Amino acid sequence: MKTILLILLLAAAPSWAAGSIVPKLDIGKGGQCVKDPQWMRKNHMHLLTQQRDETVRKGIRDETYSLKNCIECHASLRDNSVIGRDDSFCQGCHNYEAVSIDCFECHSSKRKSAWVQSK
Amino acid sequence: MSNINVQRRRFLKTSVGLAAVAIAPGMLLFEVAHGKSEAVSNKVRWGMLINTASCVEGCNDCVAACNKENGLAGGLNSGGLSPTDSQWIRKVELKDMRGGRTLSLPMMCQHCAHPPCVDVCPTGASFKRADGIVLVDRHRCIGCRYCMMACPYKARSFVHEPLHDQNPDVPRGKGTVESCTMCVHRVDRGQQPACAEACPNKAILFGNLNDPDSEIAIKIRTVASVQVRADLGLNTGVRYQGL
Repeated sequence: MKTILLILLLAAAPSWAAGSIVPKLDIGKGGQCVKDPQWMRKNHMHLLTQQRDETVRKGIRDETYSLKNCIECHASLRDNSVIGRDDSFCQGCHNYEAVSIDCFECHSSKRKSAWVQSK
Repeated sequence: MSNINVQRRRFLKTSVGLAAVAIAPGMLLFEVAHGKSEAVSNKVRWGMLINTASCVEGCNDCVAACNKENGLAGGLNSGGLSPTDSQWIRKVELKDMRGGRTLSLPMMCQHCAHPPCVDVCPTGASFKRADGIVLVDRHRCIGCRYCMMACPYKARSFVHEPLHDQNPDVPRGKGTVESCTMCVHRVDRGQQPACAEACPNKAILFGNLNDPDSEIAIKIRTVASVQVRADLGLNTGVRYQGL
């Protein structure tokens, strides 16, 4: 009985563990992030919320957790943006999780250098 | 023995001094490159002194610089999209009807010490930073526009249309109120506000009102300047000379 269960489990495993439709993201420059990727997937919104209040209300402009710094590394090298395409860094995952992003209704989704050039 | 000690002491003194000299500029550069990690303090109060005698009638450079820096469309007259485009700074022409004397001056958020816009805000979105800059926290603003009603200077604007392609340093969005931020993103980097930098006649003097040795504090001590609607007792951060 136990072996049958085990075999069944093993057979069933790939369908849910492999994650056949995990979003493929264009991570831009990428590189060493402020925390490891799995932690960031789960908690980036808390860092951003904390940082936004500190920056707006107290003028603390530490760049480590700033939205601008995220975009600086993770905007696509093709269009300099973190939104706009299905594999964009922010939009790709947010579409997959069906969570809307409000940040970019006000914040620029582009690298500062790209924005300066487009002006 | 004592000779060695003295030499040793001297060596330690100079090396510590040299190390400090070597590290200090690096620390400063680090701060500029990575942003300030300290909160602003109320030891500083940012303000402006506007010399109306140097402000030229018809010159719009400060307004243009503000629009460019903050990504404002500038209204229909400046090639903008809509008559409801935001105005953070505007030129005002005054004329004394008896004497005929004319004056021109820029008008914007006066960054009051006791801002009425902060008093009336139901969500705490309108606030005064410790260094005296009055801002709108757009994360909390619900667009009720009470602050626009309360402001005696008509300094605030409401964003009516969806915006695209904002300056990464100046987030702005539809459904919120906004006004002059004294270019807070530039000030935090140690720069001047865009209007003060752009004025060809240096009519706008920006600085720290709390520092008795700053140029602006010295000037306010030595020349006559007024606050607009001083009768309201708001203690504005922007003052006018020759009004």
